[in-house]
Amino acid sequence: MRQDQGVRLAPDSGDISSTPSAQSPPKVDGRYLATSSLRRLVDQHLQELVITVVVFALVLFFTVDSPYFFTTSNAAALASFIAPIAFFALAEVPILILGEIDLSVGEVYVLSPFLVTYFYNAGLPILLGLILALVVCGAIGCINGLVTVKLHIPSFITTLGMTFALEGIILIGSNGAPANPVGTGNLVSWLGGSTWAEAFWALAVVGVLHVMLRRTSFGLHTVAVGGNSESARESGIKVDFVKIWCFVLCALIGGLIGILDSYHIGSIDPDTPGLTFMFYGVAAAVIGGTALTGGRGTMIGASIGAMVLGILEDGFHVISVSSFAYDLILGIAILVAMILNVQIERATIRGAGHGSFARVIGLIFGRRKVPVRQ
Amino acid sequence: MMPNVATKAPTDVEDVLRIEDISMSFGPVTALRNVDLHLRRGEVLGLVGDNGAGKSTLVKILTGLYKPDHGRIYLDGEEVRFRSVQDAREHGIETVFQDLALVDELSVYHNLFLNREHTVGGWFRFLKNRSMRAAARRYLDEIDVDVPSIDVPVAKLSGGQRQAIAVARATRQKNIRILLLDEPLAAMGAKETSLIIQLIKGLCHQTDISVIVIDHNYTHLFEVCDRINVIQQGRVTLDKNLSEITLEELIELMVQSYRREIAQPATGTFSEVSIETSIEVTVANQSVQDAD
Repeated sequence: MRQDQGVRLAPDSGDISSTPSAQSPPKVDGRYLATSSLRRLVDQHLQELVITVVVFALVLFFTVDSPYFFTTSNAAALASFIAPIAFFALAEVPILILGEIDLSVGEVYVLSPFLVTYFYNAGLPILLGLILALVVCGAIGCINGLVTVKLHIPSFITTLGMTFALEGIILIGSNGAPANPVGTGNLVSWLGGSTWAEAFWALAVVGVLHVMLRRTSFGLHTVAVGGNSESARESGIKVDFVKIWCFVLCALIGGLIGILDSYHIGSIDPDTPGLTFMFYGVAAAVIGGTALTGGRGTMIGASIGAMVLGILEDGFHVISVSSFAYDLILGIAILVAMILNVQIERATIRGAGHGSFARVIGLIFGRRKVPVRQ
Repeated sequence: MMPNVATKAPTDVEDVLRIEDISMSFGPVTALRNVDLHLRRGEVLGLVGDNGAGKSTLVKILTGLYKPDHGRIYLDGEEVRFRSVQDAREHGIETVFQDLALVDELSVYHNLFLNREHTVGGWFRFLKNRSMRAAARRYLDEIDVDVPSIDVPVAKLSGGQRQAIAVARATRQKNIRILLLDEPLAAMGAKETSLIIQLIKGLCHQTDISVIVIDHNYTHLFEVCDRINVIQQGRVTLDKNLSEITLEELIELMVQSYRREIAQPATGTFSEVSIETSIEVTVANQSVQDAD
């Protein structure tokens, strides 16, 4: 049993000097840190900081290795590599925080531009078609959520079924033939036709979702449900409501990136490997510090994770390494990121410093003393 | 809360909570049969019973997590129906669950305000973290609960600290009338136990809160309770003030019923009943030793 002086009930002594005030140092028993705001920042964003260092290291490496990497023209290419991965990562983060997964978002991505074309050909104005396509995507997410939550099917299975179903619908609907995105003019360039449109959309979505996750009740409830759904339920949080909305949100983002990408690429291919794209997103989220077991993850981290993958992919093109090696590096990167995640968590969150790695991290980041569990 | 207290005539027995004829079953399993129970203002009521007797079901009905099959609940003489946890809370019923209902990943102050966050911005419900942090610090200082920092995730806290946070979260509410404690002292060291008991006692004496405590350790119950109710097989079989019963009598009563069960197992397979019973008898014997 761990000894504990934590809960202290005041004896009725006339101890006036210990009036609690904002200035007085927190009552610390030496095992824990005082929390300055800088310390809080480092504590909460340790994983993002580590992965940012990796991004800078990669940029430095490719810049040194090739004169073409750090150029304006390559920046555009870089953006078009990073943005889709970032979108998928953003879509998955809330779901992963809940401890669930949505495999079908990749197929929603393939489906949504076809829907836009379909509604346009049916005679609807293009803007209405866009909105209706997103509504359908949201409905798909809603079905995923309802089946998972109300019928108690693991989300992996629900969304796996949905993936194949959507793939079938796409192939039947398109007859296996590629199509061209509809519309012309400003609308198209706003929706991804111009070089930087996708990147701006990605930045905007990162901003909105970050605020949603970290600064709103809904975000806090998402983390609570992912951390401990039973506790969340007992606290009166509508667990099912939170889960279903996260699935809807995920599918909506998937639909949005599908539309943007179709205008960016200029064609719609029914054979697009949605599942693979979705897993890139999951990989980016994991590299950015999202825990697959739920309860932890940030939008910023996932975006930086997407940057790591995007820079790797683009960089390998620039220094002309084969794409086979890219997959190898991706695999290793995921494993290393996961190991780092677990070790950092042990060193900081759980407060139980076991392995030597945890102690090294403790040293680097100035832990006074890692609390030891007996 | 409660604007019409004045209209209520002061009765001899001031029951803040009265439960009549509550029944509930889960499929073929009957958890509660026609349970009647009452709780006086400012009283600490102990609920005793073996595993599966229906204590936790009763607590979950009062919390709004379960809806009873039939029966009535009166709060201050008014019949109420809880549609949700939120609803029960609005009626002033707060619960500390067996598992504490804390989220390890969230900070102390977020846990204190979970699902009752300070927010702005209407429908968007943006968090007012600064205001919550300040309020949390103020309240924890007020009831003298000491945590290393308001910002650490509760995973970093010790068992006693976590328990204190869970109790603090329940008692922080202005409109609290009834506090339900579901095995608050399970899996706790002796020192932590006494601290929590003091915390509960202190709260009851300072305020008008009525408390229902569930605990398997009869010694603890005799320390904090004013009255003891025994629940067996979904019924309240005993209702005595603390002055009317001794620890030894209570233990003897419980053990006797187990012996009867061993002699003629009523429901379930025989092996299950006997295993559970033998465990309970052991626990009861330990309690006797504790008392000695």
